[in-house]
Amino acid sequence: MWDIFDSDFIVGHYNYWMTIVLMMIGLYVVVSRGNLVKKIVGLNLFQTSVFMLYISMGKIFGGTAPILTDNPDEVYANPLPHVLILTAIVVGIATTALGLALVIRIKEQFGTIEEDEIFDIEQDLARHPVASDGGR
Amino acid sequence: MFAVIEPHLSILLVIIPLIAAPICAFFSNRHFAWIIAFTAAISSFVISCLLLASVIDGSVLSYHIGGWAPPWGIEYRIDAANAFVLVIVSFLGAQVLPYARRSIEKEFDESAHSYFYVCYLLCLTGLLGVVVTGDAFNVFVFLEISSLSTYALVAFGAKRDKRALTAAYNYLVMGTIGATFFVIGLGLLYMVTGTLNMIDLAERLEAFGDSRTTQVAFVFILVGLGLKLAMFPLHLWLPNAYTYAPAAVTAFLAATATKVAVYVLLRFMFTIFGFKFSFEALTLEYVVMPLAILAMFAASIAAVFQKDLKRLLAYSSIAQVGYILLGVALLNHTGLTAGIIHLFNHAITKGALFMAVGCFVFQIGSSRLDDLKGIGHTMPWTTAGFVVGGLSLIGVPLTAGFISKWYLIQASLEAGSIFIAGLIVLSSLIAVVYVWRVVEVAYLEPAPEGGARGEAPISMIISTYVLVAASLFFGINSELTSTAASQAANALMPPMQMELSPAPPVANEGAVQ
Repeated sequence: MWDIFDSDFIVGHYNYWMTIVLMMIGLYVVVSRGNLVKKIVGLNLFQTSVFMLYISMGKIFGGTAPILTDNPDEVYANPLPHVLILTAIVVGIATTALGLALVIRIKEQFGTIEEDEIFDIEQDLARHPVASDGGR
Repeated sequence: MFAVIEPHLSILLVIIPLIAAPICAFFSNRHFAWIIAFTAAISSFVISCLLLASVIDGSVLSYHIGGWAPPWGIEYRIDAANAFVLVIVSFLGAQVLPYARRSIEKEFDESAHSYFYVCYLLCLTGLLGVVVTGDAFNVFVFLEISSLSTYALVAFGAKRDKRALTAAYNYLVMGTIGATFFVIGLGLLYMVTGTLNMIDLAERLEAFGDSRTTQVAFVFILVGLGLKLAMFPLHLWLPNAYTYAPAAVTAFLAATATKVAVYVLLRFMFTIFGFKFSFEALTLEYVVMPLAILAMFAASIAAVFQKDLKRLLAYSSIAQVGYILLGVALLNHTGLTAGIIHLFNHAITKGALFMAVGCFVFQIGSSRLDDLKGIGHTMPWTTAGFVVGGLSLIGVPLTAGFISKWYLIQASLEAGSIFIAGLIVLSSLIAVVYVWRVVEVAYLEPAPEGGARGEAPISMIISTYVLVAASLFFGINSELTSTAASQAANALMPPMQMELSPAPPVANEGAVQ
């Protein structure tokens, strides 16, 4: 199976390699960072890699923008994945906004945005449940 | 008048709550906002019932958005399977609102109530949209509409307990990873087939044959949806989110959100991938089924040791998702029917249970078992409702849970495995333990001094009892659910296809290869 790893294969799939690298960096940041804002940044990287996957999928070598011209033989890139990703970008922005809003609320309530410190506070609350009755 | 809107029912189902949501936001008066939300939810429920009535005979309704014919335009496609899920979702959606009205009074400030209804309606829109659509990418968009509003809904619990915020945050991170995995899967499918319409996808996948890209796409979609539906061991977001969310939100989510994700999984597995290749059947048999059985035991045992009633029920939910997936993974018609029946029965049972817990929380401000001592004497009606729900969770005869367990056991015997049937019975016995723990605390412990506060508001009790009655009714009269679920299973798994490839031979073939 190793014969597929020739230089043509590696160079020809450049966009996929980059997608995978970016995806893994993003996922790693989400898992490894304790700072809640950095986690959101990782999540964004992760989503962006998928945007790249879709956008590069629609690209055709030598293709132009998909605009109607007089030339019927015009080669153009597939616009559909690009449009899909516009939607996904909107979803991503909404997710980021909501995530950051939650981080602000967490900062207000817990006084920190570090995961381990929040974890300690929550453990405390679990041990002394009376204090958890915050609002009343 | 009706003749004019009749062809557009499937889009109106989604449009009505979507339009109603911003209207709610304009009303700072919470009563107006409630009336609008309730009207929208009720009309969605009526439309769902009309749709189910028109497709129950096995026909299919197709609606082309904007008049663009599929596969280019987005198609809304309704068959018995999604019409049934639509009825479940919209029924619970309409059912929880009268409950929520009083329930949220003690959970957060009145000024935020209209925003609560906005999020609630958006969540309903998303869930209904996911179910109704016949376009794979549209599923993602609606899934994210419902998820984003769900994160906000969970965060509404912050007034009662600030841990709701971290629960919502973790849910957001995991939910987004799940959704992104799902999109990766869709992208790979699009690469192979060049289409996103579900029916078109199915046809082209068959034409192009099996490939590694298709298999990777399947796995990405399975994992992505697994996160959304809390498939063990991807369930970590669920216990906290359910525990700290406001009671009405928990009741709504437990009854609908995971169920809708299960439906999407079924749709992708059966309609799109359709077991044309041995790979999917093998994944189901050797990955999903063991995980489902593990969920039944691990989550049930975890539930036994919980100190908080809401968290106990949350773990029980993970176990119940295990039962649903087990039914599906048995890969025969009865199993699929059992899965769909349990989807319905668990929705009403868990809805009833979480509503009863919400009544406790309303009266005593806590859902910890220590604080619920003697609650059976001070709040007899709510506790009685809870016990009936608990019996249904166990699967005692004459409750809805019994019907699903019955079908499940029948399906596992049909698949030739007495062992699995035994495991189902055994794990139900664990449910007896955790339900008994609650009964013990509620009835056998004396009520603490000054603990007698009486019953929760009548509107909350009535809503709870509607679901309690439903879980009894569908336990005694299983005709309705079994017909609808069997038709739904037919829609997902056409009988002809099954005769060609019955469950065990498919798996065996694959194993030989």
